[in-house]
Amino acid sequence: MLNLKDYDVGGFYDEVFDKDGVVRPGARLLVDRINELPQGELERRQKAVELALLNMGITFTVYGDTSGTERIFPFDLFPRIVEAHDWAHIESGLKQRIQALNLFIDDIYQDQRIVNDNVVPRELIETCRGVRDVCRGLNPPRKIWCHICGTDLVRDDSGTWLVLEDNLRCPSGVSYVLENRQVMKRVFPRIFEESRVRPVNSYPLRLLENLSYLAPEDVQDPKIVILSPGSYNSAYFEHSYLAQQMGIELVEGRDLVVVDGRVAMRTTTGFQRVDVIYRRIDDDFLDPTTFRSDSMLGVPGLIDVYREGRVALANAPGTGVADDKVIYAYVPKMISYYLKEDPILPNVETYVCYDDAQRDHVLKNLDKLVVKAANESGGYGMLVGPHSTKEDQEKFAVLIKENPRNYIAQPTISLSRVPSIIDDRFEGRHVDLRPYVLYGETIEVLPGGLTRVALKKGSLVVNSSQGGGSKDTWVLDNDDAPQADQGTSTGGAHA
Amino acid sequence: MTRRKRTKGHLQGVHMLSRVANSIYWMTRYIERAENLARIVEVNRHLNLDFPGDVDRQWEPLVWITGDNKLFEERYGDFTEENVTRFLMADPEYPNSILSCLQAARENARSIREIIPSEMWEQINTLYLYMKKMVDGKLAAESPYESYQNIIMKCHLFNGLMESTMSHSEGWHFGKLGQYIERADKISRVLDIKYFFLLPSPTFVGSPFDNIQWAALLKSVSAFEMYRKRWRRISHKHVAEFLILDREFPRAIYYCLIAAGQSLHAIAGTPQGQFANEPERILGRLRSDLDYKKIDEIVDGGLHEFLDHIQIQLNDLSNATFEEFFAIRPVDPHKNAQRVASSQQQSN
Repeated sequence: MLNLKDYDVGGFYDEVFDKDGVVRPGARLLVDRINELPQGELERRQKAVELALLNMGITFTVYGDTSGTERIFPFDLFPRIVEAHDWAHIESGLKQRIQALNLFIDDIYQDQRIVNDNVVPRELIETCRGVRDVCRGLNPPRKIWCHICGTDLVRDDSGTWLVLEDNLRCPSGVSYVLENRQVMKRVFPRIFEESRVRPVNSYPLRLLENLSYLAPEDVQDPKIVILSPGSYNSAYFEHSYLAQQMGIELVEGRDLVVVDGRVAMRTTTGFQRVDVIYRRIDDDFLDPTTFRSDSMLGVPGLIDVYREGRVALANAPGTGVADDKVIYAYVPKMISYYLKEDPILPNVETYVCYDDAQRDHVLKNLDKLVVKAANESGGYGMLVGPHSTKEDQEKFAVLIKENPRNYIAQPTISLSRVPSIIDDRFEGRHVDLRPYVLYGETIEVLPGGLTRVALKKGSLVVNSSQGGGSKDTWVLDNDDAPQADQGTSTGGAHA
Repeated sequence: MTRRKRTKGHLQGVHMLSRVANSIYWMTRYIERAENLARIVEVNRHLNLDFPGDVDRQWEPLVWITGDNKLFEERYGDFTEENVTRFLMADPEYPNSILSCLQAARENARSIREIIPSEMWEQINTLYLYMKKMVDGKLAAESPYESYQNIIMKCHLFNGLMESTMSHSEGWHFGKLGQYIERADKISRVLDIKYFFLLPSPTFVGSPFDNIQWAALLKSVSAFEMYRKRWRRISHKHVAEFLILDREFPRAIYYCLIAAGQSLHAIAGTPQGQFANEPERILGRLRSDLDYKKIDEIVDGGLHEFLDHIQIQLNDLSNATFEEFFAIRPVDPHKNAQRVASSQQQSN
């Protein structure tokens, strides 16, 4: 029987029920409405949604799976609620963070004041894989390096919001935020309407405005494109979705060519100039004449045109310097250094193995800590201490000693949980949140973001490649959300 | 930057990416190919059902008309019904099986899903998922007839969606061009099936039995009823005339050439009767060849040879279309030769 009446918070911080099982204020309406649904209704809607996602082809291919099986990114119908005061806190914290990060990237490629002042160790920058020498002395359009940022947030066992990592290269997932919302509006029109959820559908327009803002100044009506690795890329759905939503061209590297010092695309009538490229290809593959020469995905000569200011790239090359998990540990210091402010959103406590004392602590506590490689993502290259074997820990001990610069460790955070539909019942599952920040003329944070949920029982890894799913994220408009009227609704057929 | 001259104002939304145009062209070709293949397999089943009981069932001609008989013999050997239908319907490694065509159509559609209406994409996607389920044996038992009909009807639905949900601009015309080139080619092959289909003995030529086969052939291209209105009695000459030279029936070769020409000329803005590029020249010549053709000339010169000639011309047309519109024109011919070659993956 699928309802919330015998739901167990299991000793974790649950975002819907407090430790005594009392519904938190922001979730009351939702819980009442879900409990009102006739038996079998929620299961039916869940199945209908999964079929719709499959038919719409909102799927991804798992790397390394040779059978080429496509899977839908599992979607859980029970939404994740973020109350208005929480959101105000997150929003201001993220704005502060992206400002500091942009100043940091700019500083690294200009004067390196933060290094000269010994706030960030020089060796960390010199050994950072995300640094691009070609960016030294570069002035990106409008002085913005990171235009689109996805910062991963988690809540610990007290409900405190913490920053887990910053994604400043090509953060993905925003298309799921927009699609999930469409699905939820169809499936729960009434609950949705009553709940006063802040809309997310302005994202493509804001993104387009920000991209236009970057166009070379002599260009009146800029031609903006999305550069994708192509339809076999796991995020291809998102690339085409954003192109469609913004009404711009989706191009692949082979569609572009440098002609007469400009970037042009090959059309059925010849070449047409391109002014702004929202690239969804990593730095390494952008331009085989500058970066990896074996790249078939990029455009030869692109970086030269970029350096001359005749085409804009978002994000700028070289932002990876701030995407390094070791550099992440220094973001609170960057905020104090550049902005003279205290960080609004704290980092997860982080041990940098580069530091001798911190490394000793990590090596002694491998069974308790989460160890991460500096440049891996997607849940790879990671040790979750409490869930690991002795052999795993020994393997990581060797890796850390061999290359201490490349590892950090964090306490295992007992991530907050949200009720999720598991077979025919609700069970608590751990979640994180990736909000999206757009840095243009102003800084905007999309109210919501991608809530990823670890659907495997007990798992803390939310990545889609590791059995994670997603939920719609409902940021409430204000904290006095309306409550369900007592006794007016007898059935949930209209929910 | 160089840009070829076009008559201005004839089509809105210029600057379509070459790659996108190429994908639309092949998306519709593959859908048309899958649909026609389903028709051909279905009509052969019917032909065999109508055969006298003491004559062997014939599946070999189907493989012959695809032109891929060598590949078949390597992979399967015997021309049994089971082998031939598996080869043509469900073989994932045979690039022209229905399954492979639908997969190719879907991959092309996926690469341009921001260009085509989402209804079209969803239709292709669900059609492919249906076919995959069928091949994997995960569909509730269907008769072969139902399966072929389902494929055909789903392809019709796709074509209807393209007609009524997609702007009839440049991309749409590339799609129609691909569709009609493919259809003309497949009609010529369906007609040719009679050339390969052995009659039990020469005395069967012109017999009622022979006529039953011609009727089945008409049915396979949904032409039987329209043919009846035109000629009433079945004769092989009239069937050939109807399927080659009729200018009003949408599954006649001549009709397809006219329609393909209209789209081709819409793309470049060239007036009908003139040509400004190689595809227009090839298509114009092929069409004008049929303008004044009489069926007796065709039959006397050999129907099979004539159809073969049509197929070669259509192939030339497709290659010229690729060169004119889709080939990625290198700035430095030496440096980029490799990239051009690797982009022409799709073949006839």
